[in-house]
Order: sequence, then structure tokens, then C-alpha cells
Amino acid sequence: MSLLLDGFTLVAVFAGILFFVAGTAGLLRFPDTSSRLHALTKADHLGLGLIVLGLLPQAGGVLPALKLLVIWALALLAGATVGPLIARLAREEDAPP
Amino acid sequence: MAELLQLAALLVLLTVAAGLLRILRGPGAADRVMAAQLLGTGGIAVLVLLAAATATPALLDAALTLALLAAFAAVALVVAAPGRASRR
Amino acid sequence: MTGLLADLAIGAAILALAAGMVAARSAFTATAFFIAYGLLLGLAWVRLGAVDIALTEAAIGAGLSGVLLLTAAARLAARPVATERAPGPLLTALIALCCAAVAVAIGAAILSLPEPTPSLAAEVAANLPATALGNPVAGVLMSYRALDTLLESAVVVLAVVGVWSLTPPGGWGGFPGPFHLRVESGPLALLARLLPPIGIVIALHILWVGKDAPGGKFQAAAILAAMWLLAWMAGLATPPRIASRRLRFAVSAGAGLFLAIGVAGALAEGAFLAYPAGWTKALVLAVEFALTASIAVALALLVMGPPEEEDRA
Repeated sequence: MSLLLDGFTLVAVFAGILFFVAGTAGLLRFPDTSSRLHALTKADHLGLGLIVLGLLPQAGGVLPALKLLVIWALALLAGATVGPLIARLAREEDAPP
Repeated sequence: MAELLQLAALLVLLTVAAGLLRILRGPGAADRVMAAQLLGTGGIAVLVLLAAATATPALLDAALTLALLAAFAAVALVVAAPGRASRR
Repeated sequence: MTGLLADLAIGAAILALAAGMVAARSAFTATAFFIAYGLLLGLAWVRLGAVDIALTEAAIGAGLSGVLLLTAAARLAARPVATERAPGPLLTALIALCCAAVAVAIGAAILSLPEPTPSLAAEVAANLPATALGNPVAGVLMSYRALDTLLESAVVVLAVVGVWSLTPPGGWGGFPGPFHLRVESGPLALLARLLPPIGIVIALHILWVGKDAPGGKFQAAAILAAMWLLAWMAGLATPPRIASRRLRFAVSAGAGLFLAIGVAGALAEGAFLAYPAGWTKALVLAVEFALTASIAVALALLVMGPPEEEDRA
């Protein structure tokens, strides 16, 4: 059972890292700001989400597991609100008054 | 297991550190905010991975703090960005 | 192996960010670098096993100081001051030479430390039960070196006084910070409504665990201040005028209570800041809570800055 859980952890964590790598590659290589923002949110939401999901069996208790979920929820909330703000900022920069 | 989780933390760290090039290149303030936000999320991921790898539960509190403050810093960066027209 | 690689990566990234910060052309880019720099410094402290300092660095170094610099840069951009002449090549070389000398001196000091490094850590650990605190850092801050902590909390009050003394003519007693913040709608307002309740709970958690585990008043105060500032930036919370007696009381209450307890210790136990036996934990907790509130208000006021002239309202 523990072997199975460890396997789950590793698969989820390394899948999360894939999203971080993809998000960073997008942030560095994509040609315009909007596409880069699109890439960034994938790393934010899915990368951290998969890592948190993978670590849940290793948390060793309900409270640490809850903390992990809260950490992800905070990152989701921040990403969801900062994303539109960044997009608006990019649009304002593109069209100088 | 602990070794592999530490390796995972290192990989995340190297990845987001590469993303920091975006702060340098810009070109706009929006791109710089994005790079800072990616580093914030990456830092959170590194902390939760290390908390599990080294069995240090206090690092989860550090990750919680970072999650709050990273959101705050990202908002402040947008509000204070030089190109933001609606501020005037 | 991974540990060594991580240390190398963090060290290289910190140096690269510092170089980027110095070389950046705009204040905004430099501040973005500074925030990233503070974050990586926090990770470096984690690698050194100092989670307490890592927490502080993440909260105050990356978070609040970065935002403080941002608001300062925005203020400078709004009213450009007459910039001084750029330093000539001779002065530039001299500055570089002095900075290099300081860096070499610090490096030499670190390298010349005796092996093993002199440390009081063993004695602190041995006497920790006497302080009724489980976290050695809290024991040092609130018991062994309480005087330092008292002075630190007084410095925060003095810093607020210093910032307020920069109020331009006609602005004295008004609302802290620039006037042009308007009520935001959309995502920023949503975040400013959702995040503070969560932040307050987490801050109390960090404060409460601080006596037995990494955490404590400065970290909790930084989170509380950030939550207030978030609502302030969204235009949802108007801070009181700096003439308000309640605001001034809030800023100075923590240091005042700490001082009063110190004097009471001198009267009851014969030593300044001595805690009467059996009362240690209660008194330390009272000081921690009062200081958290005061430092939170003070940190937020420092970031908001002095009031501007009334006629800009």
C-alpha cells in the first residue's frame, strides 16, 4: 500500500514539474504577452496543484494535508485575480494614451 | 523517497530560476510581474516539497506565509506598474 | 548531491538577481528583481536550517519591503525631484572601490572565524525549559535578549514618527499615503475582500505556534499589515488620519506594554525585564500579542507613507 502511495506521489510530483517546465518555457519563448500569461497560469494552477496532490499522502496527518490544500487554494485565488490584472496592464501598455 | 523529493525541489527551483530571465528582458511591466509571480509559485512548490522531503512541518507555515505575501506582492506590482493608465 | 546543486543554484541566482537589480534602468524593474531576490534569500535560509529567518525574509524582505520600494518609486515618478548630477567617472570608481573593500572585509571576517564557531546554542538549549517556551529563537528574543527586542519594537515606533515627519506643509494630521487611490472594482476588489479573512487566521496561527515552532510576532505582523494594505490598495479601507489618538495609541501600545512589564520586573524581581516566576508564559504571550498588533499597524503605516497636501484630495 505504501509503495503504491509513494508511486502516486512521484508520478503526480513529476507531472507537476512538467507543467512548471512547460510554463517557464512558454514564459520565455512565446512571442507576445497574452500567450505568455496563458503559459504562466498553467504552471501556477496545474504545476503546484499536482505537486500538492502528490504530497497529500506524505503529509502525515489531517492538519498538514489541510494546510497543503489551503496553500494551493491561495495560489489558485491569487492566480485567478492577478491574471486579469496583468492582462489589463498589458493592454494599457500596448495602447499608450 | 526523500532523495527524490529533494531532486524534485531542485528541478522546480532550476526551472523558475530560468524564468527570471523574463524580468530582465521584459519588455513591459506585465512580463516582469509574471516572472515574479512564477517565482512565487515556484518558491511555494519548493517549500512544500522540502517540508515533505526533510520532515519539517514548519516549512508548511513558511509556504502559507509565502502564498499570502506573493499574492500581495503581485497585486502591488500591478497597482504600482509605470504603464498603468487607470491609476491617474 | 542534490543539496550541493541546490546551494549552487540558489547562490548563483541570488548573485544574478543582485547584479540585475543594480544594473536595472527603471526603478520598477529593480524592485521586481528585489522581490525575487528576497524570495530566493528566504530559500537560502531554509537551506541553512533557519526556518524562522526564512519566514521573516519571505514576509518582510520579499513582501513588505518590496511593496515599500514600489510605493516610493511611484511617489517619485508622480512628482519628479530635481535629480542631482550623475556622478563622474572618478566618483563612480571610488564608490566601486569602497563597495568592493566592504565586501572583501566582510568575506575576510567570515573566513577568519575560528573553528568551531563560538556558540551559546548549547546553553540556550539547556536553559530553554526555564523560559516556558519551546522555540529557542522565541526564548532568545523574549527572555535572554528581551532588551534587544524591546529596543527593536521602539525602533519601529520611531520609524513611523520619522516617516510622518516628512509630511509636506499643509498635510499634517491628514490621511496617510497618496490620495489618488480610488475604489477598485473587479478582480482586485474581489481579492481584497477574500484574502484578508484567511490572512488574519494564518497570521494568528503563525503568532500562536511561534512560542514552540518557527513563527512569531514579526512574521504575523507582516501578514496582518499586508492584508490591511491590500484592502487599502483596493480602496476598500481608509486608514485613520495620522492625528487620530487611537491610531497613535495602536502604534505605541506594544512597546509601551513591554516597557511597563520590564519596569514591573525591576520593581518585583529586582532586574529590568525579569519575569516573576510562574508568570513567564502569560507575560510573554501578552507582550507578543500587543507587539503583533502594534507592529502590524506600524508596518502598514510605513508602507503607506506620510500624508500629502490636503488640496490634492
